[in-house]
Amino acid sequence: MDNIQYAILLVGAILCAYRAMVSKRILSATLYLAGISALVSTVIYKLGAMQVAVIELSVGAGLVTVLLVYALSVVGDDALDPSSIISKPMAFVVVALTISILGWMAYTRWAIVESTGSIVLADVLWQQRVLDVWIQIALIFSGVMGVLGLLSEQKPGQTGDVPL
Amino acid sequence: MNLTPLNIVFWGVAGLFGVGLYGLLITRNLIKVVMVLQILVKAVVLALVLGGKISGNLGLGQSIAATVIVVDTIVAVVGLALAVQVRRRFGTLDVSEIDTLRG
Repeated sequence: MDNIQYAILLVGAILCAYRAMVSKRILSATLYLAGISALVSTVIYKLGAMQVAVIELSVGAGLVTVLLVYALSVVGDDALDPSSIISKPMAFVVVALTISILGWMAYTRWAIVESTGSIVLADVLWQQRVLDVWIQIALIFSGVMGVLGLLSEQKPGQTGDVPL
Repeated sequence: MNLTPLNIVFWGVAGLFGVGLYGLLITRNLIKVVMVLQILVKAVVLALVLGGKISGNLGLGQSIAATVIVVDTIVAVVGLALAVQVRRRFGTLDVSEIDTLRG
């Protein structure tokens, strides 16, 4: 029964990803992206990683969707998606090769180890990976500052070109 | 090969990663590039949680996955802000039209 649930969730996510990729309207693609996030977070929850599932759902299906809709409201739902520079059969071959190599590398090391005791996320995050936490804080701060700088309107008479 | 739930998730990760990579190779719209990057990173997050589950250290997998989610969100935010500025300045979102470097 678990197999069927996982298969349905993941096939749904892959179909949503395909639809998001081929969709002509970017707003539709944004909604498909939110769907992928919801399905992936359900799979993550079923794997036992509750905290990451909640973060993925709130950030992936919430924050990023809102940001995309905001960006679309500024630039317009540009339906223009010109043909790709690389030919589609060539892209397919590159993807197949990449997946085969990565799959082979991962699968040869596939060895399931039973969990020894319960290690909670907070202990790992605040004791073993505390540097990650500080980097995340710095990244969030610099990201917010960068976006404020990028989205700021230019003053009248200011060209924005750097004088030589 | 036994079809366990972890095997199914493994193949799901491979499929999601493949679709994201294919989209990254064929897409020229700047906003869509950000979107297919999101698809790729969702596959990576799922792979990290799966790796943590397989290796018996789910806490570590979750910790790294949370870091990846934060970094990916910052990338998306900055990418979208850049797309807005590119659209204002160049009038297009086509990545091949904005490859001119100007001083």
